[in-house]
Amino acid sequence: MRNEMEIVFDAIARNEALARVAVASFVAGCNPTLEEMGDIKTAVSEAVTNSIIHGYGNLAGYTGNRRLPEGKEGFHPGKVKLHCLLERGILHIEVSDNGKGIENVEKAMEPLFTTLPELDRSGMGFAFMEAFMDELEVESEPGKGTLVRMCKKMEAGDWIGETL
Amino acid sequence: MQKFMLGVYMEQVLEEEFRVIDHCLMVRLPEEIDHYKAVYISERADKLLLREDVFHVVFDFEDTRFMDSSGVGMIVGRYRKISCFGGKIYAIHADRQIKRILKLSGLEKIVEVPGT
Ligand SMILES: Nc1ncnc2c1ncn2[C@@H]1O[C@H](COP(=O)(O)OP(=O)(O)O)[C@@H](O)[C@H]1O
Ligand SMILES: [Mg+2]
Repeated sequence: MRNEMEIVFDAIARNEALARVAVASFVAGCNPTLEEMGDIKTAVSEAVTNSIIHGYGNLAGYTGNRRLPEGKEGFHPGKVKLHCLLERGILHIEVSDNGKGIENVEKAMEPLFTTLPELDRSGMGFAFMEAFMDELEVESEPGKGTLVRMCKKMEAGDWIGETL
Repeated sequence: MQKFMLGVYMEQVLEEEFRVIDHCLMVRLPEEIDHYKAVYISERADKLLLREDVFHVVFDFEDTRFMDSSGVGMIVGRYRKISCFGGKIYAIHADRQIKRILKLSGLEKIVEVPGT
């Protein structure tokens, strides 16, 4: 009735898709609805993208030819960790990085707030995580990193394979 | 498709997904829109906005099954570029999941979504 997974990957853009595929396979076992699946993938995508582009500032490598804002063209070799736990019908997800951290978490979580408007960021990331998951908690320390904790009750409740 | 070719392959496929017809830029969006894809699409679209005589932008979600807030930024960014000349943004063939995202982000106010 319990399953746990942890993956650690480089903070590069194409790993956003990797994280979504991993979490989708992880929850597939508890027979989620299409909507739940979409919600979870979106929330994970938001948190992982934030770690990559905000936490580590890895904006380069997206297209190769977009001119990046001054001083933002470097590459940080940091890792992003995705931890998932499914227990008693509740999915717990943690996404963490050892990046630059957030000075003011409350402000960062306000809808439309973004520190990267020049890259067309909408500032809706945290708002989406909040809307699509049941709970959202953000712990961050400037210079140390950020941990995003989310959970969601799964409709099907538990792991169908287990009862067979 | 060999692994090292994938990057090139993606660009070629996407290249054909941008078409200007009658002052309308039609963008056929990929299966998933995240930051990675959104930056790429925005860049391509902006080049055409400059070069061709584009008035409206139509985002076609026919093939799209996933979009996060990066896609919202992509749409708002293009809106800013064309709305000052009276241009409009259309989102067509959006499925339920995409419509939820458009609604939640308040984009419905600036984007024409047929069938809502
Ligand atoms: N992992 C992180 N590390 C550092 N800063 C972050 C992190 N996640 C979010 N932030 C900050 O919070 C802001 C709001 O995040 P979000 O709501 O996802 O909007 P967006 O990604 O569009 O900027 C970001 O612009 C950034 O300043
Ligand atoms: Mg974000």
